[in-house]
Amino acid sequence: MNNLVTDEALSWIGKSDPPVEIEVNRSDIIKYSVSTEQVLTKYLKGDEAPPMFIAGLSREIVPLKELGVDGLPPASLLPDLPLKRVMAGGVRFEFHKKVKPNEVLVFEKKLSDITEKQGKTGPLIFITYLITCKTKAGEMVLEQFQTRILR
Amino acid sequence: MVNFREITAGQALPEREFTATNVSLFCYNAAIWNPHRIHYDETYTTEVEKHPKIVIDGPLQGDWLSQIVVNWVGEEAELLKFDYSNRRASYLGETLKSGGKVLKVDQQTGLVEVELFLKNEEGEITSPGSATVRFNI
Repeated sequence: MNNLVTDEALSWIGKSDPPVEIEVNRSDIIKYSVSTEQVLTKYLKGDEAPPMFIAGLSREIVPLKELGVDGLPPASLLPDLPLKRVMAGGVRFEFHKKVKPNEVLVFEKKLSDITEKQGKTGPLIFITYLITCKTKAGEMVLEQFQTRILR
Repeated sequence: MVNFREITAGQALPEREFTATNVSLFCYNAAIWNPHRIHYDETYTTEVEKHPKIVIDGPLQGDWLSQIVVNWVGEEAELLKFDYSNRRASYLGETLKSGGKVLKVDQQTGLVEVELFLKNEEGEITSPGSATVRFNI
């Protein structure tokens, strides 16, 4: 290992963004379902959200002037690390409750792990985020473990 | 819809093909509010981020994998766990085929584990995945 992950970077583990409340809208479910070519009527009518709808629902919305040259908002919960090119890694979901229109969901994103590994072409840093989605009453809806790979 | 009592390990799930277009990618990225230019700005995508073509979103490919499972079980089961990994980029114009097979069936609990894949036209797996569903028995 090259010890690319400093103690300062490791101190970010456990940090989280403030919770965000999002209301689930039937027309948003329908738009998502049409664009992803769903076939089940319950999704196309917006009676229930497809499993992956919730993953897209929590994307950050910032003023246009804050978007970068690549079009993306500034990365949150990303410590200063020597590897800068970000690639999508794996995603794992645990579903606890189906999502219906008009529900208000509370999302919270936490940096849960940073690990350095040796790849075929050089060192890699794996950052894992845990995104939880609960109802306003605190009932768990979804847990999403998302890995980003820096190279 | 599938009948739980007829499911066996090794059984293939119905496959499906997806071909993203400029319009479908626009609609998808608008629906999830993803302004990343590699999904709609070809000049930026090829000249700055050095991809050969417009990039098909990784989570969209994840959705196509999840549909193999939810369409197979319908109302007979609920999705408990799902994972995928985007191992190889896919580009506008490619037709991707998703499918899978049953790995394990638990007749007592109704739990079924499946393995999933998304392949490109060369037969390479671009995104492997897996899922666990629980049938109402």
